[in-house]
Amino acid sequence: MKKEKKGIRLDHISKIYKDPKTGKDFYAVKDTSLEIEPGSFVTLLGPSGCGKTTTLRMIAGFESPDEGEIFLGNEAINELTPNKRDTAMVFQSYALLPHYNIFDNVAYGLKLRKVPKEEIKERVTRILELVELSGMEARMTNQLSGGQQQRVALARALVIEPSVLLFDEPLSNLDAKLRVSMRTEIRRIQQEVGITAVYVTHDQSEAMAISDKIIIMNKGVVAQMGTPHEIYYHPNSEFVADFIGEANFLKGKMISHDDKVAQIEVDGLPITVAYEKNMKEGNDYTVVLRPEAASLSEKGGVPCTVELSRFMGSYQNYHVRVGNTLVKLEEHNPKNKRIFEVGEKCTLVFEPTSVHVL
Amino acid sequence: MATRQGASLDRKKLMADPIMVSTIVVLIAFLTLFILYPLAILLVDSFVSDSGLTLDVFKRIFKIPTFKTAITNTLKVGFLVGIISTAVGLLFAYVEVYVRSNKFMGGLFKVVSMLPVVSPPFVLSLSMIMLFGKAGIITRHLLGIYDNSVYGFWGIAIVQSMTFFPVCYMMFRGLLKNIDPSLEEAARDMGASRSKVFTSVTLPLLLPGIGNAFLVTFIESIADFANPMIIGGSYDTLATTIYLQITGAYDKPGAAAMAVVLLCITLLMFAVQKYYLEAKSTATLTGKASRQRMLIEDKSVRLPLTILCGAIALFVIIMYICVPIGALFPTWGYTFFPLTTKWFQLIFTRYKGFKAFKDSFMLSVIAAPITALLSMIISYLVVKRKFKGKGFIEAVSMLAMAVPGTVLGVGYIRGFSGGVFHTGFLQGLYGTGAILVIVFIVRSLPTGTRSGIAALRQIDKSIEESAYDMGANSMKVFTTVTLPLIKDSFLSGLVTAFVRSITAISAIILLVTPQFLLITVQINEFAEKGSYGLACAFATLLIAVTYTAVALMNLFIKHFGTSRKIKEEY
Repeated sequence: MKKEKKGIRLDHISKIYKDPKTGKDFYAVKDTSLEIEPGSFVTLLGPSGCGKTTTLRMIAGFESPDEGEIFLGNEAINELTPNKRDTAMVFQSYALLPHYNIFDNVAYGLKLRKVPKEEIKERVTRILELVELSGMEARMTNQLSGGQQQRVALARALVIEPSVLLFDEPLSNLDAKLRVSMRTEIRRIQQEVGITAVYVTHDQSEAMAISDKIIIMNKGVVAQMGTPHEIYYHPNSEFVADFIGEANFLKGKMISHDDKVAQIEVDGLPITVAYEKNMKEGNDYTVVLRPEAASLSEKGGVPCTVELSRFMGSYQNYHVRVGNTLVKLEEHNPKNKRIFEVGEKCTLVFEPTSVHVL
Repeated sequence: MATRQGASLDRKKLMADPIMVSTIVVLIAFLTLFILYPLAILLVDSFVSDSGLTLDVFKRIFKIPTFKTAITNTLKVGFLVGIISTAVGLLFAYVEVYVRSNKFMGGLFKVVSMLPVVSPPFVLSLSMIMLFGKAGIITRHLLGIYDNSVYGFWGIAIVQSMTFFPVCYMMFRGLLKNIDPSLEEAARDMGASRSKVFTSVTLPLLLPGIGNAFLVTFIESIADFANPMIIGGSYDTLATTIYLQITGAYDKPGAAAMAVVLLCITLLMFAVQKYYLEAKSTATLTGKASRQRMLIEDKSVRLPLTILCGAIALFVIIMYICVPIGALFPTWGYTFFPLTTKWFQLIFTRYKGFKAFKDSFMLSVIAAPITALLSMIISYLVVKRKFKGKGFIEAVSMLAMAVPGTVLGVGYIRGFSGGVFHTGFLQGLYGTGAILVIVFIVRSLPTGTRSGIAALRQIDKSIEESAYDMGANSMKVFTTVTLPLIKDSFLSGLVTAFVRSITAISAIILLVTPQFLLITVQINEFAEKGSYGLACAFATLLIAVTYTAVALMNLFIKHFGTSRKIKEEY
């Protein structure tokens, strides 16, 4: 694409709504500042009601921020209406125009821009090729499958060559298998075109698979922003750790440390974790343990009791009691491993570096 | 909380869209000038005299004995008509939704459901007089009763009930179809008999709907002008009393005060219906029928109900057919054969039938597209956009529904005959065809807006947003997306507006000037004089025009309407 890539900057953005039941105001998005780099694929991830869609709709221009300013490249765009903004959105419900065929749907934005007929034809053909829908130009939207409709929606957004593509949970209406293949597709096309993309979803695996960066939102504020790797292995809060993947939280006090490891006492049991400089003895810490990061053994490690053991195919699922805390574990490839039964006493083993301390 | 820029940003965005802003401004001006202002002037006229605020006018009109009788008459008729229409409407809906029926009954029901759309005023009154009057075909010629009087309370009540029950039937049909059959099956399963199910499950679920239907009919009944005019005889209702106060007693302030009284009654009913019952009736029945209902096959239930409905439906249909036939009798009530076309010849030769047809037709043809477009624009703004003044637009266009035509007519006389606020501004409007067209528009706007809003609510908001996002401005979104998607609703709004306009009488009769001959006014005039042959001939003309319009619309929608496929998706 010839066009210069643009990033997006949100500068202390807030959106206030009135609660329809109580009549009180509340922040749907609160004092949010973000920087989205040109050409990157950024996902807004969070539970429903966290403000991710509101943020996206403010970028598109459908909602107006109550505080702060939104920049597209270097231009402040708060006062621009959606039709004047150089963004294009892919909607959850596809939002194709049902009275037009595929060609006219894709050509709609170009016609509004008064692009010459010849060029429209050429560009629509090219973009339909990109989304692998060549030959479907004359079909009506309802003659397409959900996945195909979503591709049309994507083509329609891409063809006007916007600076930024916005996705509002675009895959949530598709079945599970199609979702997986479509997200790969969306990522491929974004890379090929090299466009800045902001993607809203509540599906964490989708976010992990597709993004350069993930922004986790909770109750209107950004909880954490980082690469999928950072977010998974270095969550900055229990909320983030719990929201991305599964996590066990072991709470205790740090009792001692050396240069490499520290001991945290959880319910009277010492747990060894990697030591980091800012940790202090006597402080409270939470150890985040991913279910796949530990395994059960007969000796060594932290003593525990098995409370649930079930075969799930690709892994053996355990619930074990460590002190007073219940820990969920996934022992992968269980075929050739020793299986522990309910009631057995055993030990929990993991590398100090494979847990994260909050 | 910090200063909110959201609202001001929304405003700036709106202002960046001049077409949208001017549309809103024009709309608000139109609604204010032609709905709110005429009503306001009625209040001003009846409360303000040269010596300031006063209740004198009200004191005076309440001393007129006929006025007080008119109030009780109106309420009595309204009450009875409300009850009969609701009951018969419920019966029809129940039989259609719950009882297995055959093709013939299905056809009858379909005709009955179409009647309210194409029911010209006077028609039922005329056939009532023709069949049951002093010289009625049934009363005198079949039964030999020579002194039967259809004029008065019972005449009005029966005719109005026949006019309005189809509306109730349509309302109940929608509600009953929304009751999940498993609710009733559960009751049956626990041992309730069929009648117990009806009284303990179906009826309680319908209760708010019944109240709703009753009030809607009540309002229609007390606002009705045409039927009491023809068949009321000396039994005056508020609508006719107001009319006579203006045309007979030339007492305009008195008529204004009477109009205020009538308006207060309808507004009160409307408020209860709109804000209390309507919300309740939809709240209790939000469920969608999960599957087909088991229809009642039991003969002991099926036969009596079917026969009763069939008899009523046939009777109503016969009443409608009577008028065209009546137009062919040589002397009404005395000689029936040989049938003659002399009345039709007369209306076209001596009584300017062609001009009446042309005037009625032209004014309605002008009013209909404006009404349809306006109501679609209002629905679009109300459903899809947010801006200040939206509440006002919605409220005022719905308010027009509660305003009886007679009240509006008096309001226009008082409001425009001397110009706006008697200043002479816009005085030129009074007595022209333009003001008649405006009345037509105002009278049909609520119906169109209501169906437009219902149609637009079905359309996913993001479809319009996507167009907006692609770079279309409001105007483009409306013309390339919204309007094509609600084409069917637009078309039926167009025809409904046309039919309502060409059959309108109550407000128009007060405002029409001799330069315009309207069919409905002609019917009234000849029926008043007792020239029933001529009245029937004019009414037949009206029926022909309206049915043709509706038939054309159905044909058009079938061939050029929104494709079925699109509909299936939503």
